[in-house]
Amino acid sequence: MTDWIVLGLLGVLSVASALGLLLSRNAIYAALFLVLNFVIGAVIYLVLNAPFLAVVQISVYAGAIMVLFIFVIMLLGAERLTPAENPPGLNYQRPLALILGVLALGLAAYVLLTRQASAAPVAQSVDASPTAVGLQLFRNYVFPFEVVALLLLAAMVGAVVLTRKTE
Amino acid sequence: MEPTSFVVFLSSVLFVIGALGVLLRRNALMIFMSIELMLNAANLAFVAFAQRWAQLAGQVFVFFVMTVAAAEVAVGLALIVTIFRTKRSTSVDELAQLRG
Repeated sequence: MTDWIVLGLLGVLSVASALGLLLSRNAIYAALFLVLNFVIGAVIYLVLNAPFLAVVQISVYAGAIMVLFIFVIMLLGAERLTPAENPPGLNYQRPLALILGVLALGLAAYVLLTRQASAAPVAQSVDASPTAVGLQLFRNYVFPFEVVALLLLAAMVGAVVLTRKTE
Repeated sequence: MEPTSFVVFLSSVLFVIGALGVLLRRNALMIFMSIELMLNAANLAFVAFAQRWAQLAGQVFVFFVMTVAAAEVAVGLALIVTIFRTKRSTSVDELAQLRG
């Protein structure tokens, strides 16, 4: 029961901060709403028995990625967002996007509410300590791990090359 | 309704809000942040199912999604900075022509 109260509260907060991101007119406020959303996501991970991911979420998403975002927003001085106007010839785009979004949401709700959850019993909770995640990562997923390392290197080189001032 | 269904529904709500952000906002930075929101929603579903089936593979996959998101943000923000240098704007409507 307490689990339900906690999950419901976290869900409301999460959706509210996401709506804040969607509706705010200032890019810095939007970024801060997103940080709030990520922190709430970390707490949901804790409830869902994923402590390692909760800490990674805080340090990588709420820490590194959002600092990069806010840094770029302030660097460009682009925090004041002009009210969006429709580009010519695209007047139907915004209402259509709204309708399709609400439709997708209704579809998800329909599927989740009408389909019975599979009868398989809920599995026993697994040991999700950082040790267990690390063992899994380095025993069964070593190759993807190395590929991701290469990807990060490529991204770093790409970012440096892209932002270098051409003489 | 069990907790897993609730979290998966929450994840789909967040995903739809992110998709609406991509479709409705015209600022490249806002679009990027909405994409992050969508990635985060997918991660939430992964963790919910990992807990439901007591499999660590879901959590490991979330770890990979986070690293790919970090790489994507680094390259994407570098692109936005470069575009801002030439266009003096971060609106995607300004990018409707092929020549610089």
